[in-house]
Amino acid sequence: MTNVRIQAPTGGEALAVVSATPHIRSSRSTRGIMLDVLLALLPALAASVWYFGSRALILALLSVVSCVAFEWVARRLMKRPQTVGDLSAAVTGLLLAFNLPATLPLWMAVLGAFVAIVVVKQLFGGIGQNFVNPAITARIVLTVSFATQMTAFHAPNRHSWGTDAVAQATPMKLLSAQAPGKFSAEGLPRLLDMFLGNRGGSLGEGCAAALLLGFAYLCARKVITPLIPLCFVGTVAAASFVAGGFSPLFLGYELLGGGLLLGACFMATDYATCPINWKGKVVFGIGCGLLTALIRLFGNMPEGVSFSILLMNLLVPHIEALTAPKPFGKEGKAHDKAKSRTR
Amino acid sequence: MGFFSQKGIKVGHSKETSALKPVRIEGCAEVTLLMKQHIGAVCRATVQKGDRVLVGQVVGDTDVPLAAPIHASVSGTVKGFADIRVLSGEDIPAVVLSSDGRMEELPFAPPKMETQEEFFAAVRASGLVGLGGAGFPAHAKLRSAAGDVDILLVNAAECEPYITADHREALDAGEDILAGIRLIARFLEIPRAVIGIENNKGDAVNHLKALCAAASCARLQITTGVLPSRYPQGAEKMFIHSLTGRVVPLGKLPSAVGALVMNVASVAFLGRYEKTGKPLISRTVTVDGGAVKTPMNVRVPIGIKLQELISFCGAGELRPKKIILGGPMMGSASPDLNAVISKCNNSVLLFDEAQTALKPESACIRCGGCVAACPMKLLPVQLEQASRARDAALLEKRDVKGCIECGSFSYVCPAGRELVQRIRMGKRLLREAQQKQKEAAKA
Repeated sequence: MTNVRIQAPTGGEALAVVSATPHIRSSRSTRGIMLDVLLALLPALAASVWYFGSRALILALLSVVSCVAFEWVARRLMKRPQTVGDLSAAVTGLLLAFNLPATLPLWMAVLGAFVAIVVVKQLFGGIGQNFVNPAITARIVLTVSFATQMTAFHAPNRHSWGTDAVAQATPMKLLSAQAPGKFSAEGLPRLLDMFLGNRGGSLGEGCAAALLLGFAYLCARKVITPLIPLCFVGTVAAASFVAGGFSPLFLGYELLGGGLLLGACFMATDYATCPINWKGKVVFGIGCGLLTALIRLFGNMPEGVSFSILLMNLLVPHIEALTAPKPFGKEGKAHDKAKSRTR
Repeated sequence: MGFFSQKGIKVGHSKETSALKPVRIEGCAEVTLLMKQHIGAVCRATVQKGDRVLVGQVVGDTDVPLAAPIHASVSGTVKGFADIRVLSGEDIPAVVLSSDGRMEELPFAPPKMETQEEFFAAVRASGLVGLGGAGFPAHAKLRSAAGDVDILLVNAAECEPYITADHREALDAGEDILAGIRLIARFLEIPRAVIGIENNKGDAVNHLKALCAAASCARLQITTGVLPSRYPQGAEKMFIHSLTGRVVPLGKLPSAVGALVMNVASVAFLGRYEKTGKPLISRTVTVDGGAVKTPMNVRVPIGIKLQELISFCGAGELRPKKIILGGPMMGSASPDLNAVISKCNNSVLLFDEAQTALKPESACIRCGGCVAACPMKLLPVQLEQASRARDAALLEKRDVKGCIECGSFSYVCPAGRELVQRIRMGKRLLREAQQKQKEAAKA
């Protein structure tokens, strides 16, 4: 048998591109997803500027710029490919600002950005590799370090572009000061004001309407599934309803007060630090809700959203391992022919 | 399927060629017949250089049971023999025929099929292998299914974008499909057959429904199962589940749940073969993509070179940047136009510059998109990590072998990660680790 080996074309002829399957890819990109998150956060940013004035805008911009700058410097120093273009640092920056009171000294915000981007994110390998939420961790570090400044909340001074703020206790602080089981709405803002964000608190947590709008946008764009927020808020709602003696008013304050909606919709759904499978997301959401309710009802802190998310972040690898989906057909039984035979 | 989770993906259809009846390529100058166009053993050439051959004459065969004979697809003379490096990287021997352009046929006669054994022998002699792309020898599949199955599922799902070869088969060869179903049902004693087809092929669905309604009888119930267009609907396990609700156990064949799945073109071929006795020498191929001037379906002699095929479709002047044999989700890319069409190639896609652009790969952001997309309910992101870490134990624990490599997860990945490729490497790693373990246990 004479063999003629067929050769690939030679002589400078360009070969076609060969790559692994699949040969078509969706247009989804990390940058596009992060851009969607930023867009979803815009209504809440607008609300915070409306209620807290220019100071809110300055703080938000500073936080975003610091986060992006720290990311850029960290990637350079580590001689890793530059990733500021994926916009994830900008998302972290905005979320961090949302967790700060409008009157926080600016340098503290920069310190928070350092903790979030350099310590929590880049030292562990960058995007997707951090095991706790950068913005939440930065908020906790700042709260522990500068308790006075981090809890110096002020009444919204609408239309004022100055910094002459009046100190005001947050609704959560007022609620936790009440004797257990004796709820009274006296001294608290009206529920409608709570819904619209006309109350003291961190920058981005106040306006429930804006947060829910952003949440709906993220769900519609399929950036997140509503599983974690629903389980998180649902658990807090159930626990508060029972603990508050089935008072709908108390329930309303518990849901709209503090950082529950911000945490549930935007922080607990952070890709890197929540489970990837739907069962894990359910467990994670319920866990966050339970811890939040426990801290709120029995702890000596008025608010527990950030600590509960942080604690649940640490459990994610275990949740994923315990809730790993069963592959299609695993441990499946052979079909019983005798039963399905039709004749 | 998981609560709140949609398995599989939606992909653009790009099936404009479905309106085009296959055009027959007659004047083919040369064919290169690979001696292995199936899963199984390589055939040996049964002709000598210089021999004159007729259409349908056997040019390659083997005694090994898992194989199918190769037939001459043109009449002419044996020009020589060649080793062809196919896209999997193997070197496969081939018989090269130069055509005399006359397409002179052997005198075909309907095969004698009275017993089950004669049926299997005739199917083997026809050279039929799974035409949907897998290329499993049909006689071996039918033989192993005999006595085990109670339902025949005819796969016309065609969930890959671009390809419309099976869609055309459903439209143009309805009677052949029914004849094929009756033939298989008769010899395997199957009481029920369902033709599964995606709902994006409205004309074919209506056509098949009408045919089935007329052909169904008490002895053999034939129906059309309309499936949502969702990739990978046509993948065997998903296809069986969608049509019957039966779940094939991991690592088992469809016969474990009493199902026999055959591609619609394979079934139609059997229907024709029963009547004419003409072996498998041609097939329908969809030629499409941005670098093709006139996308079309063509009926080609098996063994035609891509070069000759695409010049027929007017792609000569436009330089393709990427050449894909098969669909865009699971087909293989060829570096040049020397590749040849084998029995299981259902499409040739020529991509232009824009279609070829690779998505840059960046870090996994753990969005969970791959987990939501995986039709086998695996954790692609963990499989990729385990493969990169060369962790055979974790690969086994997370059932890497269950991956059907459909590519849904790579498609949705926002970070453009090459998940399929790394999972393939993971499978190989696990295979080698298990091999080593076995050898160690022996020693």
